[in-house]
Amino acid sequence: MSTDPDNIDSIVNRRYEHGFVTDIATDTMPPGLDENVVRAISARKKEPEFLLEWRLRAYRQWREMQEPDWAHVHYPPIDFEAISYYAAPKSDDERPKSLEEVDPKLLETYDKLGIPLHERARLAGVAVDAVFDSVSVATTFKERLSEAGVIFCPFSEAVTNHPELVQKYLGSVVPQRDNFYAALNSAVFSEGSFVYIPKGVRCPMELSTYFRINAANTGQFERTLIIADEGSHVSYLEGCTAPMRDENQLHAAVVELVALKDAEIKYSTVQNWYPGDENGVGGIYNFVTKRGDCRGANSKISWTQVETGSAITWKYPSCLLRGDNSVGEFYSVAVANNYQQADTGTKMIHIGRNTSSTIVSKGISAGNAQNAYRGLVRVMPQADGARNHTQCDSLLIGKNCGAHTFPYMEIKNPGARVEHEATTSKISADQLFYCRQRGISEEDAVNMIVNGFCKEVFKELPMEFAVEAQALLNVSLEGAVG
Amino acid sequence: MLEINNLKATIGTTEILRGLSLSVKAGEVHAIMGPNGSGKSTLAQVIAGHADYEVTDGTVTYKGSNLLELEPEERAREGIFLSFQYPVEIAGVNNAYLLKASMNAKRKHQGLEEIDAFEFLKLAKEKMALLGMDPKFLNRGVNEGFSGGEKKRNEILQMAMLEPSLAILDETDSGLDIDALRAVAEGVNSLRTPERAIILVTHYQRLLDYIEPDFVHVLSEGRIVRSGDKSLALQLEEKGYDWVREAATG
Repeated sequence: MSTDPDNIDSIVNRRYEHGFVTDIATDTMPPGLDENVVRAISARKKEPEFLLEWRLRAYRQWREMQEPDWAHVHYPPIDFEAISYYAAPKSDDERPKSLEEVDPKLLETYDKLGIPLHERARLAGVAVDAVFDSVSVATTFKERLSEAGVIFCPFSEAVTNHPELVQKYLGSVVPQRDNFYAALNSAVFSEGSFVYIPKGVRCPMELSTYFRINAANTGQFERTLIIADEGSHVSYLEGCTAPMRDENQLHAAVVELVALKDAEIKYSTVQNWYPGDENGVGGIYNFVTKRGDCRGANSKISWTQVETGSAITWKYPSCLLRGDNSVGEFYSVAVANNYQQADTGTKMIHIGRNTSSTIVSKGISAGNAQNAYRGLVRVMPQADGARNHTQCDSLLIGKNCGAHTFPYMEIKNPGARVEHEATTSKISADQLFYCRQRGISEEDAVNMIVNGFCKEVFKELPMEFAVEAQALLNVSLEGAVG
Repeated sequence: MLEINNLKATIGTTEILRGLSLSVKAGEVHAIMGPNGSGKSTLAQVIAGHADYEVTDGTVTYKGSNLLELEPEERAREGIFLSFQYPVEIAGVNNAYLLKASMNAKRKHQGLEEIDAFEFLKLAKEKMALLGMDPKFLNRGVNEGFSGGEKKRNEILQMAMLEPSLAILDETDSGLDIDALRAVAEGVNSLRTPERAIILVTHYQRLLDYIEPDFVHVLSEGRIVRSGDKSLALQLEEKGYDWVREAATG
């Protein structure tokens, strides 16, 4: 990363230096977690009774759960009592007033990534209204969406305006006690996105477009729920190629997708949270639970992710293929440089008949990083005609990094067709010299090889992001060789 | 074009080139011959700037400047091309993409605009036809799954596209059947111009039946021990390398 490590580091860790109770005491809860905190969060958001009860159940279950230790990652124990579980978004007074107040290194990175000028301010946390007015554009989008009957709003707004949908679907894919971090998220989540696409509607635009203009600061415990009703279609993009600043070290998001009969959800992620400096200091812990439920026949859920950020990534976007003929896809590029650790992969659970899944995972390790693919393909006894194809490739840059593959297969139907291919390759000194002898600089050569390695995944991204993702990879691997 | 004077180079602690001198002018074709281990490939790698080799003494002047100060990619952009003895495979990188990136790196260095995609394709197809290559090769990974002969043709294709001032062909004939050898040689011959110099590094005389050199040099133990015209190659073929070695030491 070319962003100034000291500067970002200080931002990331600021809370730890000064303690959690900042000067806007009324909007930030003291560190620690008990039932009162859960009640206070729910009250602060004026939530209905059912949601408070739901949170409390999650909290009680979380209390009895153990932090998982099976992932191939190492980090010091997290003190959950030292975290503040609610902070209102920053007021405009606290934020930079213009790009001139923003760290020039950060701006340099935006430049390399080709981030449009009007977006840089928002990404750098500049008080948006002080810089440009995106309201008119956002309003146009909002009108188009509401004409189509699409609901797309902050999670808390959905709780207020569409409680019946929230109550019906929340936790129906990722139950509260699914895992330690999902339980924690269920108890204390404060914000996120909610999407509902009505029957037969093809969402008139990529929700990314809207998202990028209108995104609020994402929270530490984000909750996303997307429901595609029968015969509907939606493409959603989360995240951003630009390095995002965040003050919270621990992130534990939950994303639930529900695809009913004949519906299709395409969910793309570009994740570039602060990875820590080149010595592995600082950086975000990203412990995410993402799962899609192909609930109806002929439904399809496709996950595409480009993961370059975070000190530790622990993430397995999965598909429950319940409907007959349903399709699950997972396309992933995970980059780990310096001291980053990534343990990521997917789970494809074949339940319905003639279900099929595709897994394409590309892991890139550089520096001292450790990159693990962990994937499960499970075919249930009733899943006649299930098919899976898994391709899992690792690319190593340098001598001190590692790639690990943990494929699990549980096949309980003898008719299933399951294929697994794996390769490990290395960018060799010979390849680099060959490219240099052809006039191509070492850095360009690495980029060329890496992008070639990832192209199967990039082509699954919405086009504008494919270009950005490519630039992002180049920046992430800067200085990885030589 | 190229002036090498008393060049000494080592790999690790082993000295391979031990005071080699050579002068190559534009328009000339030089053949460097010699037994295995005499330093032929080392010479090619040192001119290209491979980091494994350390130059401990001597000078190399290219187009009037000190070549040894330049990075490998700068040498390439200045018109030095090495056809590798063992071209590497780069899986996933499209052959056309590498070729275009390579041409554009050079064009940029020369202050020219990037080559137009249409023009590039037209040129590549033209050169491929000349080398008897299937245009499909453009869309395959660089040397990925290519046979030995295909890899060598691909090197010559790159050379034809890049139009170097100085081309060094390292054992281009090794592993080629007679048809491939002929196609490669025709490709090289078509690139012989008064502005371009070519150095052929070869173990066998066979290649020189197809590409006729102006000069032949025999390398032994890191030095040129004998130089002559093409008849020297024929003499070598007849008498073997021991003859030169004896001549050198005797």
